Amino acid sequence: MSTPADYLPIAMMFVVASGFVLFTIFVTHLLGPRRKTEVKLEPFECGIESQENARMPFSIKYFLVAILFVLFDVEIIFMYPWAVNFKDMGMFGFVEMLIFLSLFLVGFTYIIRRGALKWE
Amino acid sequence: MTLPIFYILAMLSVFCALMVVVARKPVHSVLYLIACFFTIAGHYLMLNAQFLFAVHIIVYAGAIMVLFLFVIMLLNLNLESEPRKSVIARVAAVSTAGLLFLVLLAAVKSAEPVILDTSASGVGLVRHVGLKLYNEYMMPFEVSALLFLTAMVGAVKLGRKEATHS
Repeated sequence: MSTPADYLPIAMMFVVASGFVLFTIFVTHLLGPRRKTEVKLEPFECGIESQENARMPFSIKYFLVAILFVLFDVEIIFMYPWAVNFKDMGMFGFVEMLIFLSLFLVGFTYIIRRGALKWE
Repeated sequence: MTLPIFYILAMLSVFCALMVVVARKPVHSVLYLIACFFTIAGHYLMLNAQFLFAVHIIVYAGAIMVLFLFVIMLLNLNLESEPRKSVIARVAAVSTAGLLFLVLLAAVKSAEPVILDTSASGVGLVRHVGLKLYNEYMMPFEVSALLFLTAMVGAVKLGRKEATHS
């Protein structure tokens, strides 16, 4: 049986990852030369002059994709305990998940047929 | 060993939760909320609720917060165009929120604490959650797929309506 102590490596990974990021940000400020010109301080330095404010209305399509992503993300979460118990439940669990996934597949075909993911 | 970790985590989560409210920029609030979710996931782990830990990080910190960011971007929040709230509105907001806080505090104080040994029973482990979910609660699990179906259809319908108008 797993205990919270088993997650210590993950916690250490978190610490190392965030520590690396903080370290690099800090050290680049110390080591790098500091030349602050107007062009350098622009948020996006890509050769094209930025226009307007960043807060402008954009297509609802992005949001729709995000919502659909959340729904399928939750589907994945349901598969996690199922996969852990897969061997114990045998055929019963398999059919159970098949029904669940077929309902999702109906939704997925609806989304595709309706062209919700098409980018016009 | 666990007590100092708990205190550090609790301190972090309270700090992040406060910063969500205090931060002036809405995007900063969302980022603090993500950090807060991660610390709460840590609390779940300390309670040996490992399934909730995974759900919290994958769904809440991963997916729901992306939606939050999208909503904030869609809202068109400009610092200049934000209406200044009047003093009366602020006083009313603070007093009602304070009253709610008092009520919650009273409810928590009067509640009987149930000390559950989660590490020995292992109720929160992914394995045990799965066994319950796919045997005892099979029907609600299948019905939840229908709920997702309605959510998909609803999202697609609402998203398309705007496209035909513009």
